[in-house]
Amino acid sequence: MSNISHLNADHIDILREIGNIGAGNAATALSQLLNKKIEMNVPSVQIVSFDEMMDLVGGAEQVVAAVFLRIEGEAPGNMFFVLSLSQAERFVKQMTGEHGFSFSSQQSELGLSALQELGNILAGSYLSALADFTHLKLYPSVPALTVDMIGAILQYGLLELSRVGDYAIVIDTAVHEEQEPQDSVNGHFFLLPDPDSFAPIFRSLGVELP
Amino acid sequence: MNEVINVIKVGIADMNVVQAPHLIRTSGLGSCVGVIIFDQMKEIAGLAHIMLPDSSLARSGTISVAKYADTAIEALITLVVKTGGRKSALKAKLAGGAQMFQFHSANTDMMRIGPRNVEAVKQQLQRFHIPIIGEDVGGNSGRTIEFNPKTGLLSIRTVNQGVKEI
Repeated sequence: MSNISHLNADHIDILREIGNIGAGNAATALSQLLNKKIEMNVPSVQIVSFDEMMDLVGGAEQVVAAVFLRIEGEAPGNMFFVLSLSQAERFVKQMTGEHGFSFSSQQSELGLSALQELGNILAGSYLSALADFTHLKLYPSVPALTVDMIGAILQYGLLELSRVGDYAIVIDTAVHEEQEPQDSVNGHFFLLPDPDSFAPIFRSLGVELP
Repeated sequence: MNEVINVIKVGIADMNVVQAPHLIRTSGLGSCVGVIIFDQMKEIAGLAHIMLPDSSLARSGTISVAKYADTAIEALITLVVKTGGRKSALKAKLAGGAQMFQFHSANTDMMRIGPRNVEAVKQQLQRFHIPIIGEDVGGNSGRTIEFNPKTGLLSIRTVNQGVKEI
């Protein structure tokens, strides 16, 4: 991780491919779950300061629904599935048929648990694709769902990174429903490997860190 | 005289100082702790957005002082005093240190970072004999805070409970 500045185009390509395979698998799962076409953007791999990371998602105060899980195993890290509130509400309505569901009114247990399960399935399919691709053993924690300011949520993903520096390598893949307008955070997968996880990830794919 | 009031923004693991009539704020505090050290009479306030309890957690040579409680409080006091605050008159308010997620994983230490940050900040304030006259810490919600050095009031916004002042 001290070599972060030495990452070359090949390394960035590998990380982008990881985002592509993981989120691609998750988007397929989402599409099957909702019986809808889900589109996915080309993943972006960015090396950003912590404040820039918050700007990526519309500022630290933006309120979102987020599923967070910790990855343990041979390449520990953090994973977030972040949804805008309007997108999360649409998903809940489609899954539960509860058309009155809204985060601003009385929150329904069923709605929240459907959202948690959605996060569970998507994160699971992202990680299993990643584990197949790299042949690394990855164990996800039970995902936790929260609705709050995105800055407060993403801070948890930055703790390990903050011990070594002031930058994060973010693998970000945006997804959205085919016919919905695209705002800044419809849906995002963020994968934030811990500092020591980059070496095993690259090695598993036959590339050494410089 | 219509002076424009600026709001100085403090980022993650950063700090800054402000004089009335201007305001100072930091947004999206989760496990992080926002500390204000101020001289009410002089209307000068400093704010630090602290991420981790102790600089011994750092794994690289160069550290940014505002990131760790043990280095940030001392540096913040120096900054406020340099701007004109009197050391003997300094008081503190703090907010943040939430536990946003409950996890049972191997890494529980890091997940409990909010309460540990609060504890470390309090220890440091005590070390420099700065009384804490207001706090809103813990819980499981993110907070955005804004301090007005003129009134000495800290306004705290959360998603579920709106705005309150301490």
